[in-house]
Parts: sequence; structure tokens; C-alpha cells
Amino acid sequence: MTVAATDELAAKEGSASPRRLRRLGLALLLVPPLTWLAVAYLGSLVVLLVSAFWTTNSFTGAVVRTVTTDNITRVLTDEVFRTVTLRTVGVALVVTVLCAVLAVPLALYMAKIASPRVRLALVVAVTTPLWASYLVKAYAWRMLFSPEGPLAWATGYSPGYGLIATVVTLTYLWLPYMIIPVFAAFERVPDSLIDASSDLGASDVSTLRMVVAPLVFPGIAAGSIFTFSLSLGDYIAVTIVGGKTQLLGNIIYGQLVTANNQPLAAALSIIPLAAIVLYLLAMRRTGALENV
Amino acid sequence: MKPTVVRLGLALAACALVAACSSSDTSGGTGQAPPKLEPLSAVGNGEGELNLIAWAGYAENGSNDPAVDWVTPFEKESGCKVNVKLGNTSDEMVQLMRSGQYDGVSASGDATLRLIYAGDVAPVNTALVPNYATISSFLKDKPWNSVDGQMYGVPHGWGANLLMYNIDVVRDAPNSWGSVFDGASKYKGKVTAYDSPIYIADAALYLSKTKPELGIKDPYSLTSEQLDAAVELLKAQRENISEYWSDYTKEVQAFESGTSVIGTTWQVIANTIGTENKVQVNTVLPKEGSTGWSDTWMVAAKAAHPNCMYKWMDWITSPKVNAQVAEYFGEAPAQTKACEFTTEKDFCDIYHATDAKYADQIHYWTTPQKQCVDGSGDNCTAYDEWVDKWQQIKG
Amino acid sequence: MLSTGVRRVALAWTVLVLVFLYAPMLLVVVNAFNASRTFAFPPTGFTLDWWADAAGSSGMWTSLANSAVVGLGATAIALVLGTMAAFAVQRYEFFGRNTISFLVVLPITLPGIVTGIALNATFTSALGITLGLATVIIGHATFCIVIVFNNTQARLRRLGTALEDASADLGASSWQTFRYITFPMMRGALVAGAILAFALSFDEIVVTTFTAGPSVQTLPIWIFGNLFRPNQAPVINVVAAALTVLAIIPVWLAQRFGGDPATTRV
Repeated sequence: MTVAATDELAAKEGSASPRRLRRLGLALLLVPPLTWLAVAYLGSLVVLLVSAFWTTNSFTGAVVRTVTTDNITRVLTDEVFRTVTLRTVGVALVVTVLCAVLAVPLALYMAKIASPRVRLALVVAVTTPLWASYLVKAYAWRMLFSPEGPLAWATGYSPGYGLIATVVTLTYLWLPYMIIPVFAAFERVPDSLIDASSDLGASDVSTLRMVVAPLVFPGIAAGSIFTFSLSLGDYIAVTIVGGKTQLLGNIIYGQLVTANNQPLAAALSIIPLAAIVLYLLAMRRTGALENV
Repeated sequence: MKPTVVRLGLALAACALVAACSSSDTSGGTGQAPPKLEPLSAVGNGEGELNLIAWAGYAENGSNDPAVDWVTPFEKESGCKVNVKLGNTSDEMVQLMRSGQYDGVSASGDATLRLIYAGDVAPVNTALVPNYATISSFLKDKPWNSVDGQMYGVPHGWGANLLMYNIDVVRDAPNSWGSVFDGASKYKGKVTAYDSPIYIADAALYLSKTKPELGIKDPYSLTSEQLDAAVELLKAQRENISEYWSDYTKEVQAFESGTSVIGTTWQVIANTIGTENKVQVNTVLPKEGSTGWSDTWMVAAKAAHPNCMYKWMDWITSPKVNAQVAEYFGEAPAQTKACEFTTEKDFCDIYHATDAKYADQIHYWTTPQKQCVDGSGDNCTAYDEWVDKWQQIKG
Repeated sequence: MLSTGVRRVALAWTVLVLVFLYAPMLLVVVNAFNASRTFAFPPTGFTLDWWADAAGSSGMWTSLANSAVVGLGATAIALVLGTMAAFAVQRYEFFGRNTISFLVVLPITLPGIVTGIALNATFTSALGITLGLATVIIGHATFCIVIVFNNTQARLRRLGTALEDASADLGASSWQTFRYITFPMMRGALVAGAILAFALSFDEIVVTTFTAGPSVQTLPIWIFGNLFRPNQAPVINVVAAALTVLAIIPVWLAQRFGGDPATTRV
């Protein structure tokens, strides 16, 4: 029986048609999460965007609800904001590249070379660091980079607290987020493809480059979403190992807490917001969002 | 690009709504009166809880050092359980008070007026605080803690920002702020400074002595040119900075691990390093003079536990407790009778606790305003300009 | 399959990365027993004092309890709402399906500080709610939903509708199909998603900073407050070391019950 026929039958009998029931089911499923999403999340984002157009009383710092585009103008023209934004985007990109470089061979080994038991152990080994406190991991790196810490003791040199330390620490913190999707992507590459490629005479390098890489790329792109976005907004790891460096997150936090200028902080937040949305839209084409 | 369009549409619609509904807030600021608020008329029974914002070291409950605890006795006596939130800078404290979820704050002079004029703190009925009577008179009715003769808080203590250095690395016993400014390259990469725009006043103070042609009289009353000169000095200093500190324990750790060897400090930090005994430090009040703070306990306008707050204010300014705090932190107590209770007999003499003239020489933290705080005119730079400059300095 | 050369390089690389991942954590564990209060390296001696201090720290236990409550609350909400959304997206065709997929992923991709400031502005200025444990749970649930959604959606996509259709053809009602066919197959993804969501909520600090009231301290907030404190640093180390070692249990559980590890989604 077709759906249309059952609809007619149901209508004659006076009961709800399967299609209407189905739509009702969909509505029931969608409404609660969507309401939550719309109200709790999108709603608050809208409040944030709206507050970016307000201003503050310059003496007391209280928010004044007169609409002005001053903040937006400042965000776009102020040199400090531009420098820091470029620095932050640069850090985020470097961290992403480093994470990808570290993750890919590891994921290859885990997915294609390791035995199933070793694979399970490696998956556990790679996901466990996610449970260690982010703060403690950053602090551990602070100890490592300290002039009297293990790094200086072992190699006689420590880069100290600054941009390099920040990049290394961020790479360390987000590495598991890159490994997981890349590993998943490698797992989905059928072994038979690799075998077929070598049967046809391709060297391992060629196989990896021409057959496996395009299939794994969406996974890398998915991982890059996390590393890029997490680095873009981070301000705590920078505070711990960055010395006197400032990233965008510090500026936003500073405007909110030091300057008591919530509208300007909101205006500045539009930068990472826009950056991520653009990145997501770009990544969408690579199919990364299916692999997230 | 559906999602972007949808969200953009939402945002624009919201903006239109806001524009239609927006109103102009009555702005505070000098020249206008603070919001009319009533002080408490009588102290009733404690409400059982007290949420404070305090400087580190002001409300110790034994968690740092079991022997250092004046909060637990207060809790026992008043029945008010104390929750302390440490503020690292005055800016943080102002922002925290704005949330309306705290009952009181130990505000320095650069926070007090902002709080008063924003209506975040209420006037204090000093008759309800018995220990107020014997507080040093030169701390009462000052420009930073009172408006038109009405007190807005109870003085806690005062002190100066000092220069601290690691005596094993910095061997020439510096006595000038020049060692962190002009002479800072000697300790390149190991100098530290306080992470707040108010630190610009320290640079201005230094310039007032070393570059008198700039005409800086008061470090908080700076014209644009004077401010720019201070900013230049600080940008040059940044080359030699290891880290800026706002969390005092970060400075302790920096000195102990050798990342910093010289910089501005509070006495309590030097005391903490001294008890740890990992590195040896010394503090000095440099010859150019110093900025400092004069702190006042203030009651939140919408305090949920005002009775507990008044009990606290009376407790913290009682002779024995005020002496404890002053000695632990390393500052001059506001309570004159505290001098009899310090464990070090000449503590008050060392800190010039009852010396009004000495107290006058410290340049206490004050919020810079357009109308110069020293009364010299109305072309001075306001705090929000200092904030912008500070972000530029940090780069 | 792949040549020995490639295998050797991959193995060496794996070992290096694992060393990179675990060296700092090893340092944390070592310092949990380091007799030196200021973590002098090499360690000056072995001591269990810090473990005793940590066990006696009431602040630590309170914040641990708060974190657990928040994690459980957020995960519970996330399980319900995330699964519903995943079902809707995977099993129905409707207008705006791609948009919803895109929007649902946003909370986890936008930086925490943006989410935090937005929620804070909404709670305090727009709605006037007092910040407390409930607001933290709301904040956490928002990104926990994404994790459950991702995992469930991925599993549903892999499962396909064949078995469900067969069940319907055999006369089972929607509820029966769900209960006897879909849910058992999906259970693993729910477990994996729930555990991962709990883990992220447990460690979250940025959004928490902006949505917690003055008296609410979760474990990360407590750690951050005590991170630089010279007296508390050893206790922090102990807490971190304990958490790391204990973490292996839920991760292993997630792998055991979550089925194929390749389908774990962040």
C-alpha cells in the first residue's frame, strides 16, 4: 500500500494519517531541542550582538542603552585590535598545522597498522588526556618552560614564557581533538583500496598521497575546526604560559573585566564569531561537518 | 548562505527593536550627585551568610596558613558564614560589585568613586560601627570615601606600592624606580609590573621627578601630553618585562622560579616569599616616592546580608583584628588602637601608621577623571583613556 | 599492506607523539609526590603529605561535588535533547535540515569566551536571573547537546533504516521498533556521547567562569583560584594526578560499551 492510499483510508476511517502522525512525531522531536537552541544559545548570541551597539558611562562603567556604532568602528579601525587579531589568527593557524602534522602519522598507525588490541589501547591512550584538567596541563607546561624547570635542566635552554610557549602548549592541549576525527577518517578508508593501489604498482608514498589523503582530508578539516576555534578564543593558557603576550581572548576579557566595557567586549567577540562562522562555511564544502 | 542570512536577519530585527526601545541612562560622574540611597538604620541579627570581595590577605580563613585566620572567629561570633572572592585589581572588583551578588568590598581609592556614583554601594551609617570612632582621623571624610560629608565606607588600612628585588641577582640595593624604567635593560626579560591601567600613575610619578619639564604635579591628573610621555616610558619598559602580574601568587611564583627578579610589589608578597624561603628578597620605598592605596570597606547597595556586613566592618576594624591584618599584609592599620596589639612592638612606627604627614605623601590610587582630581583644571585624561593606552602598551 | 619502511616511521612517530602527550602529565604525577613545595626539579624527595592535604581540603571536595552535579545535570539534558535532535535530522526529511545541522554544531565550535559572555549578558542584563548552579548547568548543557547529537547522529547514519523498516513491515509499532531495535543498536553511541559530554563539562572553565555565581565553585574554578597559590599548588597536582589516573576507567568503559572506537565523535 502506498502512503497516499493509506492516507485516504485513514481519512475515511477518521483516524490520523501516517504522514500526519509522522509530521507530528517530527515536531515532537524537534521542538524541545530547537527551543533550547534558539532560546538559550542563539538568543544569547543575539543579546550579545545587540549589546555591541550600546555604550558605557565613561566614569562608572555602567552600561548605557543608547545605540551607537562607536564600538564597531573602534573594533575595525583600532591598531591594537588589528595587531592582536592577526597574531591570534596566526597562532590558531600554526597550532592547527602542527596538530595536523602530529596527528596524521599517528592516526595512520592506529587505524591501519596496529593490531586491534593495540588499536584499542592507543585510542584509550589518546583520549585519556582529555580528562586531565586543562588548567593542570597548561600549568605543567608552565613548569616545563620555567627557567629552572625540566626543559632547561635537560637541554640547557628554555624559550621562556611567550608566543612559542603558547603555541606549543595550545598544540599539546588540542592534539586529541585532532587525532580523533583523523583516526575515524583513516578507519573508514577500506583496506582493499590501499591493496588495490599497491597492486597497480603505486609506491606507498604515492598511495598515501593520491588515494588515502583525499579520503582522510575531511577528517583533518573536521579536526582543524576544533583546533582553530579553541585557539582563537583561548585566554587562559596564554595567561599561564604566555608571559606578556596578549591574544584576542585576553583583549576581550580585559575589556570586559578591566575596562568594565561589556559593549566593547561584545563588539570584539564578533571577530572570533565571524571568523569561526566563515571557517565553518568554508569547511562545509570539504565535507568536514559530516566528520565532526 | 541561509544560516548567515537567518542570523543576520535576527540580529537586525533585534537591533531595530532595541533602537526603538532604547533610552538614555542618567550618567553619573563628578559634578553630579550619586544616586540617593539610604544607609542602614540599625544592625539586626546576622543573616547567616556574607559574600565579600576582598584583596588577597584581607580576609584570611586559615587556608593559606592555619595560624593566619581572623575569619573563623568572626564566623563563630556572628553566625555569618563568610565567602570571600579575591579581586586581583580594582577593575575586577568594580565589575564584580556590579553583578549585585556580593554584600561588601574592600575598595581602593580608584574603585570607590566609581562604585559610589554608579549606585553600587550605599552610604554607611558610621554610628552603627563602634570601632569607627577610634580610626585615624586623617582617613575619614576623604575625597575617595565620602561625598558631601557622607561616609561611604569604613577605612581598613593603607600602604605604598614597593620595589621588590631578588638580593642574589640584583646586588646593588636599588632605591629608585629607575631600575625598572630607564635602567631596566640591566635585567632584561626579568622585570615585572602590575597588570592594571592604574600602573600608568607609577610611570607618571617617576617622570614627575626625572622630567620636571613635563609639569606633572599629580600622577592621576595627566594631560594628554603627559599621559603620552608616561605611555612611551611604559612601552620601553615592556621590552624588559617577563610577565605582568595581577594575581599576587603569580608574582610569588615568578620570583621563586627566577622568571622575575625585580618589580613593583605589595609587602604581603615579600612576606609570603620570605616564609617560603626559596629566594631572598628585599623591598624598598624608592626615593621618588610611591603610589599606594587606602582601602575602605563598603556595603553593597543591594546587599542581601547587610547586618552581617556591618558586623564584619566592626570586626575587621577592631584593634586586635586590624593589627592581625595589618601585620599579615604589611600595611598601616586604620585603627589607632591596633598599634597596641601588633606582635612586633614597633610595627606602627615602621609603617608610620599614625603619622598623618607621612600618609599624605603617598599617592593613593584614585580614578583619573576629565576634571583633574587635584583640582588643577578640567583638561585631564579620564580612566577609559588610560585603559585604552594600557592595552596599547601591552600590545 | 603497507611497506615496512612506512610501518617503522609510523611506529616511531606514534611513540614520539605519545611521549609528547604523556611527559607533562607524568611530570604532574611525579610532582604529586615531590617533597619540594615549589616543584624543584629534579624532585628532592618522596612524600605522601600532599595526598593527605588534598583529602582534607573541604574546598576541593565541595567543588568536586559541584562539578559532578553540573556534569550529571548537563549530560542528562544533553542525552534527551541531543538524541531527539539526532533522530529528527537523521530519520526525517524536512525543510531547513542542513541549517539545523549547522546551527546545532555551533555551541561547540564557537570560542568559550563568546558563549560565556553571551550567556552572562543574557542572564544578568536581559533576564535578570541570579547566577548560580542552574545557570552553569544551562551553559554546559548547551555544548553537551552537541556531543550527544554528533555521536548519535553518526551512529544512526551508519545503522541505516533497513532494520527499522523491516521491523515496521513485521508489524511493530514505532515505539516497539525504537525499544527493541533502534535503541539497543544506538546504546553504545549514547554511552560514548554521555561519557564524553560529562568529561568536557567536568573540565570546562571558561563558560563556567561567566555563568557561575559567587558561591558556586566547580572543580576547574577551584583549581584556577588555587593554581598559583604556593601552599595549594601541591594539592592541585594531587587532584590532577588523581583525575588523570582515574580517567582511564570511564574512557575504557566508553570504548567497551561504545562499540567501534572509530565512531566516537567529539
